Amino acid sequence: MNKSAITVSGLSKVYGDRPAISDAHFDVPVGSICGFVGPNGSGKTTTIRMLLGLITPTQGSAMVLGESIKHPEKYLPKVGAMIEGPAFYPALSGAENLRVLADLGGFPISRVPQLLEKVGLAERGKSKYKTYSLGMKQRLGIAAALLPNPELLILDEPTNGLDPSGIQEIRELLRELSKSGTTVFVSSHLLSELEMICDHLVMLRLGKVIFTGLTHELLAAQSPLIVATPEYEVDLTKLVKIVEDSGHSVQVKEGSLHINSAPEWSATLNRLAFDSGITLKSISPIMPTLEETFFEMTEDQK
Amino acid sequence: MRSVVLAEGRKLRRPTLLLSTLATVTALTGLFTSLVFLRINSGQNTRRGASISALQLSQATGLTYGFKLVGVFLGLVALCIFASQTAQEYTYGTLRNLLVRQPSRMKILFGKFISMALFAALMVIFAGVVSIALSYLLSGKAKVDTTKWGSSQALHLLGQTTLNLFIATICYGLLGMILGLFFRSPISAISIGVLWSLILENILGAVISSTMKWLPAANFSNIGEGGSVAASYQHSLFVSALYIFVGGSIAAALFKRRDVAN
Repeated sequence: MNKSAITVSGLSKVYGDRPAISDAHFDVPVGSICGFVGPNGSGKTTTIRMLLGLITPTQGSAMVLGESIKHPEKYLPKVGAMIEGPAFYPALSGAENLRVLADLGGFPISRVPQLLEKVGLAERGKSKYKTYSLGMKQRLGIAAALLPNPELLILDEPTNGLDPSGIQEIRELLRELSKSGTTVFVSSHLLSELEMICDHLVMLRLGKVIFTGLTHELLAAQSPLIVATPEYEVDLTKLVKIVEDSGHSVQVKEGSLHINSAPEWSATLNRLAFDSGITLKSISPIMPTLEETFFEMTEDQK
Repeated sequence: MRSVVLAEGRKLRRPTLLLSTLATVTALTGLFTSLVFLRINSGQNTRRGASISALQLSQATGLTYGFKLVGVFLGLVALCIFASQTAQEYTYGTLRNLLVRQPSRMKILFGKFISMALFAALMVIFAGVVSIALSYLLSGKAKVDTTKWGSSQALHLLGQTTLNLFIATICYGLLGMILGLFFRSPISAISIGVLWSLILENILGAVISSTMKWLPAANFSNIGEGGSVAASYQHSLFVSALYIFVGGSIAAALFKRRDVAN
Protein backbone atom coordinates (compact mmCIF):
# COMPACT_ATOMS: atom_id res chain seq x y z
CA MET A 1 0.00 0.00 0.00
CA ASN A 2 1.98 2.97 -1.17
CA LYS A 3 -0.89 5.10 -2.44
CA SER A 4 -3.08 7.27 -0.28
CA ALA A 5 -6.83 7.64 -0.64
CA ILE A 6 -6.67 10.70 1.62
CA THR A 7 -3.68 12.94 2.24
CA VAL A 8 -4.11 15.78 4.70
CA SER A 9 -1.38 18.43 4.93
CA GLY A 10 -1.51 21.13 7.57
CA LEU A 11 -5.29 21.35 7.51
CA SER A 12 -6.78 23.85 9.96
CA LYS A 13 -10.22 25.28 10.58
CA VAL A 14 -10.83 28.17 12.94
CA TYR A 15 -14.31 29.36 13.96
CA GLY A 16 -13.91 32.90 15.27
CA ASP A 17 -10.93 32.48 17.58
CA ARG A 18 -11.65 28.83 18.38
CA PRO A 19 -9.61 26.32 16.39
CA ALA A 20 -11.70 23.23 15.56
CA ILE A 21 -8.70 21.46 14.02
CA SER A 22 -5.09 22.65 13.88
CA ASP A 23 -2.35 21.75 11.46
CA ALA A 24 -3.55 18.20 10.83
CA HIS A 25 -1.28 15.89 8.85
CA PHE A 26 -2.21 12.30 8.03
CA ASP A 27 -2.59 9.75 5.26
CA VAL A 28 -5.21 7.10 4.71
CA PRO A 29 -3.78 4.27 2.58
CA VAL A 30 -5.82 2.93 -0.32
CA GLY A 31 -7.74 -0.22 0.61
CA SER A 32 -7.37 0.25 4.35
CA ILE A 33 -9.99 0.55 7.04
CA CYS A 34 -8.81 3.65 8.81
CA GLY A 35 -10.28 4.68 12.12
CA PHE A 36 -10.61 8.36 12.94
CA VAL A 37 -10.85 8.52 16.68
CA GLY A 38 -11.11 11.19 19.28
CA PRO A 39 -13.39 12.45 22.02
CA ASN A 40 -16.44 14.54 21.16
CA GLY A 41 -15.41 18.02 19.99
CA SER A 42 -11.93 16.93 18.95
CA GLY A 43 -12.45 18.01 15.32
CA LYS A 44 -13.38 14.74 13.57
CA THR A 45 -16.58 15.98 11.91
CA THR A 46 -15.02 19.30 10.93
CA THR A 47 -12.17 17.44 9.20
CA ILE A 48 -14.61 15.13 7.42
CA ARG A 49 -16.71 18.10 6.27
CA MET A 50 -13.58 19.76 4.84
CA LEU A 51 -12.70 16.54 2.99
CA LEU A 52 -16.19 16.54 1.46
CA GLY A 53 -16.10 20.18 0.37
CA LEU A 54 -18.82 21.23 2.79
CA ILE A 55 -16.66 23.70 4.68
CA THR A 56 -13.64 25.65 3.57
CA PRO A 57 -10.37 25.12 5.44
CA THR A 58 -8.81 28.17 7.09
CA GLN A 59 -5.36 26.83 6.19
CA GLY A 60 -3.68 23.83 4.67
CA SER A 61 -4.66 21.42 1.95
CA ALA A 62 -5.84 17.88 1.39
CA MET A 63 -6.11 15.42 -1.46
CA VAL A 64 -8.91 12.90 -1.79
CA LEU A 65 -8.47 10.12 -4.38
CA GLY A 66 -5.68 12.16 -5.90
CA GLU A 67 -7.70 15.38 -6.28
CA SER A 68 -7.50 18.57 -4.26
CA ILE A 69 -10.40 19.29 -1.91
CA LYS A 70 -10.71 22.60 -3.76
CA HIS A 71 -12.38 20.60 -6.54
CA PRO A 72 -14.77 18.20 -4.79
CA GLU A 73 -16.69 17.65 -8.03
CA LYS A 74 -13.70 15.66 -9.31
CA TYR A 75 -13.74 13.03 -6.56
CA LEU A 76 -17.16 13.07 -4.88
CA PRO A 77 -18.81 10.85 -7.53
CA LYS A 78 -16.46 8.10 -6.27
CA VAL A 79 -17.02 8.84 -2.57
CA GLY A 80 -19.80 7.64 -0.30
CA ALA A 81 -20.34 9.50 2.94
CA MET A 82 -22.49 9.67 6.00
CA ILE A 83 -21.73 12.74 8.07
CA GLU A 84 -22.78 13.31 11.67
CA GLY A 85 -25.62 10.85 11.59
CA PRO A 86 -28.26 10.20 8.97
CA ALA A 87 -30.34 13.10 7.61
CA PHE A 88 -33.30 12.45 5.34
CA TYR A 89 -36.75 13.82 4.47
CA PRO A 90 -39.17 12.58 7.14
CA ALA A 91 -42.23 12.57 4.87
CA LEU A 92 -40.58 10.36 2.23
CA SER A 93 -40.09 6.62 2.52
CA GLY A 94 -36.62 5.17 2.99
CA ALA A 95 -36.60 3.97 -0.62
CA GLU A 96 -37.82 7.32 -1.96
CA ASN A 97 -35.10 9.12 0.03
CA LEU A 98 -32.50 6.90 -1.63
CA ARG A 99 -34.09 7.54 -5.04
CA VAL A 100 -33.72 11.30 -4.49
CA LEU A 101 -29.99 10.83 -3.90
CA ALA A 102 -29.68 8.35 -6.78
CA ASP A 103 -31.30 10.87 -9.14
CA LEU A 104 -29.04 13.60 -7.85
CA GLY A 105 -25.83 11.62 -8.28
CA GLY A 106 -26.91 10.02 -11.57
CA PHE A 107 -26.80 6.49 -10.11
CA PRO A 108 -29.14 3.75 -11.35
CA ILE A 109 -32.40 3.55 -9.40
CA SER A 110 -32.03 -0.25 -9.54
CA ARG A 111 -29.38 0.04 -6.82
CA VAL A 112 -31.95 1.22 -4.29
CA PRO A 113 -33.64 -2.15 -3.54
CA GLN A 114 -30.23 -3.88 -3.58
CA LEU A 115 -28.86 -1.49 -0.99
CA LEU A 116 -31.97 -1.68 1.19
CA GLU A 117 -31.52 -5.45 1.16
CA LYS A 118 -27.83 -5.10 1.99
CA VAL A 119 -28.48 -3.00 5.11
CA GLY A 120 -31.46 -5.08 6.23
CA LEU A 121 -34.18 -2.55 5.40
CA ALA A 122 -35.83 -4.35 2.47
CA GLU A 123 -39.08 -4.89 4.36
CA ARG A 124 -39.31 -1.33 5.65
CA GLY A 125 -38.19 0.44 2.48
CA LYS A 126 -41.70 1.71 1.77
CA SER A 127 -42.25 3.05 5.29
CA LYS A 128 -41.85 6.74 5.89
CA TYR A 129 -38.46 7.76 7.26
CA LYS A 130 -40.09 9.46 10.25
CA THR A 131 -41.34 6.07 11.45
CA TYR A 132 -37.83 4.56 11.54
CA SER A 133 -35.96 3.76 14.74
CA LEU A 134 -32.51 5.32 15.27
CA GLY A 135 -30.86 2.07 14.18
CA MET A 136 -32.94 1.93 10.99
CA LYS A 137 -32.09 5.56 10.22
CA GLN A 138 -28.42 4.72 10.64
CA ARG A 139 -28.75 1.77 8.25
CA LEU A 140 -30.44 3.99 5.68
CA GLY A 141 -27.57 6.47 6.03
CA ILE A 142 -25.09 3.68 5.30
CA ALA A 143 -27.17 2.57 2.29
CA ALA A 144 -27.10 6.15 0.98
CA ALA A 145 -23.33 6.24 1.41
CA LEU A 146 -23.02 3.05 -0.64
CA LEU A 147 -25.09 4.41 -3.56
CA PRO A 148 -22.14 5.36 -5.77
CA ASN A 149 -20.42 1.97 -5.22
CA PRO A 150 -17.66 4.09 -3.66
CA GLU A 151 -13.90 3.81 -3.94
CA LEU A 152 -13.75 5.69 -0.66
CA LEU A 153 -16.35 5.41 2.06
CA ILE A 154 -16.40 8.04 4.79
CA LEU A 155 -18.60 7.24 7.75
CA ASP A 156 -19.03 9.44 10.78
CA GLU A 157 -20.03 7.40 13.87
CA PRO A 158 -21.82 4.71 11.82
CA THR A 159 -22.70 2.45 14.75
CA ASN A 160 -24.52 5.09 16.82
CA GLY A 161 -27.91 3.78 17.84
CA LEU A 162 -27.33 0.27 16.55
CA ASP A 163 -27.92 -2.78 18.73
CA PRO A 164 -25.05 -5.29 19.20
CA SER A 165 -26.14 -7.44 16.26
CA GLY A 166 -26.45 -4.32 14.09
CA ILE A 167 -22.95 -3.24 15.11
CA GLN A 168 -21.67 -6.70 14.20
CA GLU A 169 -23.37 -6.50 10.79
CA ILE A 170 -21.85 -3.08 10.06
CA ARG A 171 -18.45 -4.36 11.11
CA GLU A 172 -18.80 -7.29 8.69
CA LEU A 173 -20.01 -4.97 5.95
CA LEU A 174 -16.99 -2.70 6.36
CA ARG A 175 -14.62 -5.68 6.26
CA GLU A 176 -16.36 -6.96 3.15
CA LEU A 177 -16.08 -3.55 1.45
CA SER A 178 -12.42 -3.31 2.37
CA LYS A 179 -11.77 -6.75 0.89
CA SER A 180 -13.36 -5.63 -2.36
CA GLY A 181 -10.93 -2.69 -2.53
CA THR A 182 -12.97 0.12 -0.98
CA THR A 183 -11.04 2.38 1.35
CA VAL A 184 -13.02 2.96 4.53
CA PHE A 185 -12.46 6.03 6.69
CA VAL A 186 -14.59 5.66 9.78
CA SER A 187 -14.84 7.97 12.74
CA SER A 188 -15.94 6.97 16.19
CA HIS A 189 -15.46 7.79 19.81
CA LEU A 190 -15.93 4.07 20.57
CA LEU A 191 -12.30 3.05 20.56
CA SER A 192 -12.97 -0.60 21.20
CA GLU A 193 -15.14 -0.56 18.06
CA LEU A 194 -12.32 0.73 15.88
CA GLU A 195 -9.70 -1.55 17.40
CA MET A 196 -11.68 -4.53 16.12
CA ILE A 197 -11.99 -3.44 12.51
CA CYS A 198 -9.31 -0.87 11.69
CA ASP A 199 -5.84 -1.57 10.40
CA HIS A 200 -4.95 2.13 10.44
CA LEU A 201 -5.70 4.83 12.96
CA VAL A 202 -5.72 8.60 13.11
CA MET A 203 -6.21 9.86 16.64
CA LEU A 204 -7.29 13.36 17.53
CA ARG A 205 -7.37 15.27 20.74
CA LEU A 206 -8.38 18.92 21.16
CA GLY A 207 -8.11 19.51 17.43
CA LYS A 208 -4.65 18.02 17.05
CA VAL A 209 -3.53 14.73 15.52
CA ILE A 210 -1.79 12.81 18.28
CA PHE A 211 -1.22 9.53 16.43
CA THR A 212 -1.35 8.35 12.88
CA GLY A 213 -0.23 4.93 11.74
CA LEU A 214 -0.93 1.23 11.94
CA THR A 215 -3.17 0.00 14.74
CA HIS A 216 -0.65 -2.63 15.84
CA GLU A 217 2.07 0.07 15.98
CA LEU A 218 -0.10 1.95 18.44
CA LEU A 219 -0.68 -1.12 20.53
CA ALA A 220 3.04 -1.82 20.53
CA ALA A 221 3.66 1.72 21.75
CA GLN A 222 2.53 0.69 25.20
CA SER A 223 4.43 -1.98 27.09
CA PRO A 224 2.39 -5.02 28.02
CA LEU A 225 1.42 -5.84 31.59
CA ILE A 226 1.55 -8.88 33.82
CA VAL A 227 -1.24 -9.02 36.36
CA ALA A 228 -0.40 -11.22 39.34
CA THR A 229 -2.58 -11.92 42.39
CA PRO A 230 -1.16 -13.63 45.51
CA GLU A 231 -3.29 -16.18 47.32
CA TYR A 232 -3.07 -14.17 50.55
CA GLU A 233 -3.30 -10.38 50.55
CA VAL A 234 -0.64 -10.14 53.28
CA ASP A 235 1.92 -11.27 50.69
CA LEU A 236 1.31 -8.20 48.49
CA THR A 237 4.08 -6.05 50.02
CA LYS A 238 6.60 -8.88 49.86
CA LEU A 239 5.69 -9.55 46.24
CA VAL A 240 6.02 -5.87 45.32
CA LYS A 241 9.56 -5.89 46.73
CA ILE A 242 10.47 -9.00 44.70
CA VAL A 243 9.23 -7.33 41.50
CA GLU A 244 10.96 -4.02 42.21
CA ASP A 245 14.23 -5.80 43.13
CA SER A 246 14.06 -7.43 39.68
CA GLY A 247 14.02 -3.98 38.07
CA HIS A 248 10.35 -3.75 37.04
CA SER A 249 7.88 -1.00 37.86
CA VAL A 250 4.69 -2.11 39.59
CA GLN A 251 1.33 -0.78 40.75
CA VAL A 252 -1.07 -2.38 43.22
CA LYS A 253 -4.70 -2.29 42.11
CA GLU A 254 -7.53 -4.08 43.93
CA GLY A 255 -5.35 -6.79 45.46
CA SER A 256 -3.35 -7.43 42.29
CA LEU A 257 0.03 -6.34 41.04
CA HIS A 258 0.16 -4.65 37.63
CA ILE A 259 3.72 -5.16 36.46
CA ASN A 260 5.15 -3.43 33.41
CA SER A 261 6.96 -6.30 31.81
CA ALA A 262 7.08 -8.60 28.82
CA PRO A 263 4.77 -11.65 29.01
CA GLU A 264 7.82 -14.00 29.10
CA TRP A 265 8.76 -12.71 32.57
CA SER A 266 5.62 -14.37 34.01
CA ALA A 267 7.45 -17.66 34.49
CA THR A 268 10.35 -15.95 36.31
CA LEU A 269 7.92 -14.11 38.56
CA ASN A 270 6.13 -17.35 39.37
CA ARG A 271 9.43 -19.02 40.32
CA LEU A 272 10.64 -16.05 42.43
CA ALA A 273 7.32 -15.96 44.29
CA PHE A 274 7.43 -19.72 44.91
CA ASP A 275 11.04 -19.48 46.21
CA SER A 276 9.87 -16.81 48.67
CA GLY A 277 7.00 -18.97 49.88
CA ILE A 278 4.26 -17.04 48.10
CA THR A 279 1.55 -18.85 46.20
CA LEU A 280 0.10 -16.97 43.26
CA LYS A 281 -3.67 -17.31 42.83
CA SER A 282 -3.42 -16.08 39.26
CA ILE A 283 -0.85 -14.71 36.86
CA SER A 284 -1.70 -13.44 33.41
CA PRO A 285 0.11 -11.40 30.81
CA ILE A 286 -2.26 -8.88 29.18
CA MET A 287 -2.01 -6.66 26.12
CA PRO A 288 -3.41 -3.16 26.54
CA THR A 289 -6.59 -2.34 24.68
CA LEU A 290 -6.61 0.52 22.25
CA GLU A 291 -8.78 2.38 24.70
CA GLU A 292 -6.19 2.09 27.45
CA THR A 293 -3.43 3.15 25.09
CA PHE A 294 -5.51 6.06 23.88
CA PHE A 295 -6.22 7.31 27.36
CA GLU A 296 -2.58 6.98 28.28
CA MET A 297 -1.57 8.98 25.22
CA THR A 298 -4.19 11.68 25.72
CA GLU A 299 -3.30 11.99 29.38
CA ASP A 300 0.34 12.46 28.36
CA GLN A 301 -0.70 15.32 26.06
CA LYS A 302 -2.52 17.27 28.79
CA MET B 1 -28.88 20.28 -13.65
CA ARG B 2 -31.38 17.70 -14.97
CA SER B 3 -30.48 15.38 -12.09
CA VAL B 4 -31.24 18.10 -9.52
CA VAL B 5 -34.59 18.86 -11.20
CA LEU B 6 -35.50 15.15 -11.11
CA ALA B 7 -34.44 14.76 -7.47
CA GLU B 8 -36.34 17.85 -6.39
CA GLY B 9 -39.35 16.66 -8.38
CA ARG B 10 -39.49 13.50 -6.28
CA LYS B 11 -39.85 15.61 -3.14
CA LEU B 12 -42.46 17.91 -4.67
CA ARG B 13 -44.69 15.18 -6.02
CA ARG B 14 -45.09 13.38 -2.72
CA PRO B 15 -48.84 12.99 -2.15
CA THR B 16 -48.94 14.93 1.12
CA LEU B 17 -47.50 18.04 -0.54
CA LEU B 18 -49.01 17.74 -4.02
CA LEU B 19 -52.54 16.84 -2.95
CA SER B 20 -52.68 19.33 -0.09
CA THR B 21 -51.43 22.09 -2.42
CA LEU B 22 -53.99 21.25 -5.09
CA ALA B 23 -56.70 21.09 -2.42
CA THR B 24 -55.69 24.54 -1.15
CA VAL B 25 -55.64 25.92 -4.69
CA THR B 26 -59.07 24.40 -5.38
CA ALA B 27 -60.50 25.84 -2.16
CA LEU B 28 -59.12 29.34 -2.77
CA THR B 29 -60.06 29.41 -6.45
CA GLY B 30 -63.50 28.00 -5.67
CA LEU B 31 -64.07 30.58 -2.96
CA PHE B 32 -63.10 33.62 -5.01
CA THR B 33 -64.77 32.51 -8.25
CA SER B 34 -67.96 31.58 -6.39
CA LEU B 35 -68.07 34.90 -4.57
CA VAL B 36 -67.93 36.77 -7.87
CA PHE B 37 -70.89 34.87 -9.30
CA LEU B 38 -73.01 34.20 -6.21
CA ARG B 39 -73.00 37.80 -5.02
CA ILE B 40 -73.49 39.28 -8.46
CA ASN B 41 -75.13 42.76 -8.44
CA SER B 42 -75.27 42.57 -4.63
CA GLY B 43 -72.12 44.57 -4.13
CA GLN B 44 -68.77 43.63 -2.67
CA ASN B 45 -68.14 40.66 -4.92
CA THR B 46 -64.77 41.84 -6.07
CA ARG B 47 -61.67 43.58 -4.76
CA ARG B 48 -61.81 46.33 -2.16
CA GLY B 49 -65.60 46.16 -1.78
CA ALA B 50 -66.34 46.99 -5.41
CA SER B 51 -69.17 45.33 -7.30
CA ILE B 52 -69.41 43.68 -10.70
CA SER B 53 -72.56 43.06 -12.68
CA ALA B 54 -73.75 40.19 -14.87
CA LEU B 55 -73.33 42.40 -17.90
CA GLN B 56 -69.68 43.06 -17.13
CA LEU B 57 -69.07 39.36 -16.54
CA SER B 58 -70.63 38.45 -19.86
CA GLN B 59 -67.80 40.30 -21.65
CA ALA B 60 -64.68 38.44 -22.86
CA THR B 61 -62.89 39.54 -19.65
CA GLY B 62 -65.52 37.76 -17.53
CA LEU B 63 -63.99 34.35 -18.21
CA THR B 64 -60.84 35.16 -16.23
CA TYR B 65 -62.32 37.44 -13.59
CA GLY B 66 -62.37 34.88 -10.76
CA PHE B 67 -59.04 33.43 -11.88
CA LYS B 68 -57.36 36.86 -11.60
CA LEU B 69 -58.70 37.41 -8.08
CA VAL B 70 -56.96 34.34 -6.71
CA GLY B 71 -53.57 35.52 -8.03
CA VAL B 72 -52.13 36.92 -4.82
CA PHE B 73 -53.11 33.79 -2.91
CA LEU B 74 -51.45 31.53 -5.47
CA GLY B 75 -48.38 33.68 -4.91
CA LEU B 76 -48.54 33.18 -1.16
CA VAL B 77 -48.91 29.40 -1.57
CA ALA B 78 -45.83 29.47 -3.82
CA LEU B 79 -43.95 31.61 -1.29
CA CYS B 80 -44.63 29.02 1.43
CA ILE B 81 -43.64 26.06 -0.76
CA PHE B 82 -40.47 27.63 -2.18
CA ALA B 83 -39.41 28.83 1.29
CA SER B 84 -40.03 25.52 3.03
CA GLN B 85 -38.43 23.40 0.29
CA THR B 86 -35.31 25.57 0.47
CA ALA B 87 -35.02 26.14 4.21
CA GLN B 88 -35.87 22.59 5.25
CA GLU B 89 -32.63 21.38 3.68
CA TYR B 90 -30.93 23.19 6.56
CA THR B 91 -33.33 22.14 9.32
CA TYR B 92 -33.37 18.47 8.26
CA GLY B 93 -29.60 18.55 7.68
CA THR B 94 -30.17 17.12 4.18
CA LEU B 95 -28.20 19.86 2.44
CA ARG B 96 -24.97 18.00 3.22
CA ASN B 97 -26.32 14.91 1.42
CA LEU B 98 -27.27 17.00 -1.60
CA LEU B 99 -23.86 18.68 -1.75
CA VAL B 100 -21.99 15.41 -1.46
CA ARG B 101 -23.93 14.06 -4.44
CA GLN B 102 -23.93 17.36 -6.38
CA PRO B 103 -21.03 19.59 -5.27
CA SER B 104 -22.00 22.49 -7.56
CA ARG B 105 -24.06 24.67 -5.28
CA MET B 106 -25.35 26.81 -8.13
CA LYS B 107 -26.63 23.70 -9.93
CA ILE B 108 -28.47 22.71 -6.74
CA LEU B 109 -30.01 26.17 -6.48
CA PHE B 110 -31.05 26.49 -10.13
CA GLY B 111 -32.23 22.88 -10.31
CA LYS B 112 -34.40 23.44 -7.26
CA PHE B 113 -35.78 26.62 -8.78
CA ILE B 114 -36.65 24.98 -12.10
CA SER B 115 -38.38 22.11 -10.34
CA MET B 116 -40.38 24.43 -8.09
CA ALA B 117 -41.22 26.68 -11.05
CA LEU B 118 -42.73 23.64 -12.81
CA PHE B 119 -44.71 22.93 -9.65
CA ALA B 120 -45.91 26.55 -9.63
CA ALA B 121 -46.92 26.27 -13.29
CA LEU B 122 -49.01 23.21 -12.45
CA MET B 123 -50.62 25.13 -9.59
CA VAL B 124 -51.54 28.11 -11.81
CA ILE B 125 -52.90 25.92 -14.62
CA PHE B 126 -54.90 23.88 -12.12
CA ALA B 127 -56.35 27.07 -10.59
CA GLY B 128 -57.25 28.27 -14.09
CA VAL B 129 -59.06 25.03 -14.92
CA VAL B 130 -60.98 25.09 -11.62
CA SER B 131 -61.91 28.76 -11.99
CA ILE B 132 -63.10 28.44 -15.60
CA ALA B 133 -65.07 25.26 -14.88
CA LEU B 134 -66.74 26.96 -11.91
CA SER B 135 -67.41 30.12 -13.93
CA TYR B 136 -69.28 28.11 -16.56
CA LEU B 137 -71.11 26.15 -13.85
CA LEU B 138 -72.23 29.25 -11.99
CA SER B 139 -72.93 31.44 -15.03
CA GLY B 140 -76.38 29.91 -15.61
CA LYS B 141 -77.69 30.59 -12.14
CA ALA B 142 -76.16 34.10 -12.19
CA LYS B 143 -77.72 34.75 -15.62
CA VAL B 144 -74.38 35.61 -17.21
CA ASP B 145 -74.23 35.25 -20.97
CA THR B 146 -71.12 33.19 -21.84
CA THR B 147 -71.20 33.67 -25.62
CA LYS B 148 -68.19 35.97 -25.63
CA TRP B 149 -66.16 33.62 -23.38
CA GLY B 150 -65.46 31.39 -26.34
CA SER B 151 -64.19 34.26 -28.50
CA SER B 152 -60.58 34.50 -29.59
CA GLN B 153 -60.28 37.66 -27.49
CA ALA B 154 -61.35 35.75 -24.36
CA LEU B 155 -58.91 32.93 -25.10
CA HIS B 156 -56.14 35.44 -25.70
CA LEU B 157 -56.96 37.06 -22.34
CA LEU B 158 -56.96 33.64 -20.70
CA GLY B 159 -53.48 32.92 -22.05
CA GLN B 160 -52.25 36.35 -20.98
CA THR B 161 -53.75 36.02 -17.48
CA THR B 162 -52.24 32.56 -17.05
CA LEU B 163 -48.83 33.86 -18.06
CA ASN B 164 -49.11 36.93 -15.80
CA LEU B 165 -50.25 34.85 -12.86
CA PHE B 166 -47.41 32.41 -13.50
CA ILE B 167 -44.84 35.27 -13.48
CA ALA B 168 -46.39 36.73 -10.31
CA THR B 169 -46.43 33.31 -8.62
CA ILE B 170 -42.78 32.74 -9.55
CA CYS B 171 -41.86 36.17 -8.13
CA TYR B 172 -43.57 35.31 -4.83
CA GLY B 173 -41.92 31.89 -4.90
CA LEU B 174 -38.49 33.42 -5.47
CA LEU B 175 -39.11 35.77 -2.56
CA GLY B 176 -39.83 32.67 -0.44
CA MET B 177 -36.68 30.96 -1.72
CA ILE B 178 -34.55 34.02 -0.93
CA LEU B 179 -36.03 34.24 2.59
CA GLY B 180 -35.46 30.48 3.00
CA LEU B 181 -31.78 30.91 2.12
CA PHE B 182 -31.41 33.91 4.43
CA PHE B 183 -33.15 32.47 7.48
CA ARG B 184 -32.47 28.74 6.97
CA SER B 185 -35.69 27.98 8.82
CA PRO B 186 -39.03 27.30 7.08
CA ILE B 187 -41.09 28.81 9.91
CA SER B 188 -39.12 32.07 10.02
CA ALA B 189 -38.98 32.40 6.23
CA ILE B 190 -42.70 31.73 5.74
CA SER B 191 -43.91 33.88 8.62
CA ILE B 192 -41.75 36.84 7.61
CA GLY B 193 -42.73 36.47 3.94
CA VAL B 194 -46.47 36.22 4.60
CA LEU B 195 -46.44 38.91 7.29
CA TRP B 196 -44.63 41.31 4.96
CA SER B 197 -46.72 40.58 1.87
CA LEU B 198 -50.16 40.50 3.47
CA ILE B 199 -49.91 42.91 6.38
CA LEU B 200 -46.84 45.17 6.48
CA GLU B 201 -46.99 46.25 2.83
CA ASN B 202 -50.68 47.08 3.16
CA ILE B 203 -50.08 49.11 6.33
CA LEU B 204 -47.21 50.95 4.61
CA GLY B 205 -49.37 51.54 1.56
CA ALA B 206 -52.25 52.82 3.68
CA VAL B 207 -49.99 55.26 5.53
CA ILE B 208 -47.96 56.43 2.52
CA SER B 209 -49.83 55.43 -0.63
CA SER B 210 -46.94 56.35 -2.96
CA THR B 211 -44.83 53.53 -1.48
CA MET B 212 -47.12 50.86 -2.98
CA LYS B 213 -45.59 51.51 -6.37
CA TRP B 214 -42.20 50.41 -5.07
CA LEU B 215 -43.00 47.56 -2.68
CA PRO B 216 -42.16 44.02 -3.84
CA ALA B 217 -45.36 42.09 -3.11
CA ALA B 218 -47.56 44.92 -4.44
CA ASN B 219 -45.65 44.82 -7.71
CA PHE B 220 -45.77 41.01 -7.89
CA SER B 221 -49.56 41.16 -7.50
CA ASN B 222 -49.79 43.95 -10.06
CA ILE B 223 -48.06 41.70 -12.60
CA GLY B 224 -50.73 39.05 -11.95
CA GLU B 225 -53.43 41.60 -12.61
CA GLY B 226 -51.74 42.72 -15.83
CA GLY B 227 -51.01 46.19 -14.48
CA SER B 228 -53.23 48.85 -12.94
CA VAL B 229 -53.88 52.60 -12.93
CA ALA B 230 -51.47 53.04 -10.00
CA ALA B 231 -48.58 51.19 -11.65
CA SER B 232 -48.13 49.94 -15.19
CA TYR B 233 -47.40 46.30 -16.01
CA GLN B 234 -43.94 47.23 -17.33
CA HIS B 235 -43.14 49.19 -14.18
CA SER B 236 -44.09 46.24 -11.97
CA LEU B 237 -42.07 43.84 -14.11
CA PHE B 238 -39.03 46.11 -13.82
CA VAL B 239 -39.33 46.68 -10.05
CA SER B 240 -39.98 42.97 -9.40
CA ALA B 241 -37.01 41.94 -11.55
CA LEU B 242 -34.83 44.39 -9.63
CA TYR B 243 -35.90 42.99 -6.26
CA ILE B 244 -35.41 39.41 -7.42
CA PHE B 245 -32.04 40.17 -8.98
CA VAL B 246 -30.61 41.97 -5.92
CA GLY B 247 -32.13 39.61 -3.33
CA GLY B 248 -31.34 36.55 -5.42
CA SER B 249 -27.73 37.57 -6.01
CA ILE B 250 -27.08 38.12 -2.28
CA ALA B 251 -28.84 34.86 -1.32
CA ALA B 252 -27.00 32.89 -4.04
CA ALA B 253 -23.64 34.34 -2.97
CA LEU B 254 -24.38 33.38 0.65
CA PHE B 255 -25.45 29.89 -0.39
CA LYS B 256 -22.30 29.42 -2.45
CA ARG B 257 -19.86 30.64 0.18
CA ARG B 258 -21.44 29.63 3.47
CA ASP B 259 -19.98 26.60 5.30
CA VAL B 260 -22.42 23.72 5.70
CA ALA B 261 -21.69 23.05 9.33
CA ASN B 262 -25.01 21.59 10.52
